[in-house]
Amino acid sequence: MTNRLRAFGAFPYDFVIGDDPLIALAVVVALGLTAAFAGAGISAWWVLPAAVVIVLSFSLVRATRR
Amino acid sequence: MGCSGYARRSCAQAGSRALHDEAAIFAAELAAARAEGHEPQDVDGYAFTVSFKGVLLEGLEVAFIVVTFGSNEHNVALAAMAAGAAVVLVVAAGIAVRAPLSRVPENTLKFAVGVMLTAFGIFWGAEGAGGHWPGGDAAILALVAFVLASSVIFVVAMRRRHTRYPASPISSAPTT
Repeated sequence: MTNRLRAFGAFPYDFVIGDDPLIALAVVVALGLTAAFAGAGISAWWVLPAAVVIVLSFSLVRATRR
Repeated sequence: MGCSGYARRSCAQAGSRALHDEAAIFAAELAAARAEGHEPQDVDGYAFTVSFKGVLLEGLEVAFIVVTFGSNEHNVALAAMAAGAAVVLVVAAGIAVRAPLSRVPENTLKFAVGVMLTAFGIFWGAEGAGGHWPGGDAAILALVAFVLASSVIFVVAMRRRHTRYPASPISSAPTT
């Protein structure tokens, strides 16, 4: 039963978070920053593109060091 | 844990990670299916389950896209008709080509799909969070170009690094 529950939970975890939780966290933070800037009337379109480049480069360097 | 998600494509393209060998995976899946040892019945349960899972997942994605596009434009019927036309087109192409999937340049295809999904994700993510794109929907084209250029730069940089320090690949596991 436990194994079945674990297997059932593994799919949404892999689908939403993937195998690097830091990237998922960074995306959430970037979305939050975008919402905060937009709410304050500050231009916010640049946050996500910048976040993707920064996070992807960080992730690639981290992954290839292993 | 190796490269993750979209990053895997860059790792694979750069040679730091084993490319996805679709032919080998097909052979392994075929062997697993044959190992089941069941004679084909009227309804092959194994094949039905495998097909059902694939159709369910892709069908759900299509449904989400249709509802999202249709709701935004207040015309779900048109979006549903477009999805139906896409189904007809894909089935017709499949029947016309009748080639095994292993002939599809899968890694290149996935790299391109990754670029597209990332660009669309950035666009809709920012819009969903309340941001507004300069140029409106046309910003998607700029985002695709931006993500593609960034990815190519990453691939070139990693390929150089891989050439300079030819250590063993970080993972021999096939990319997904």
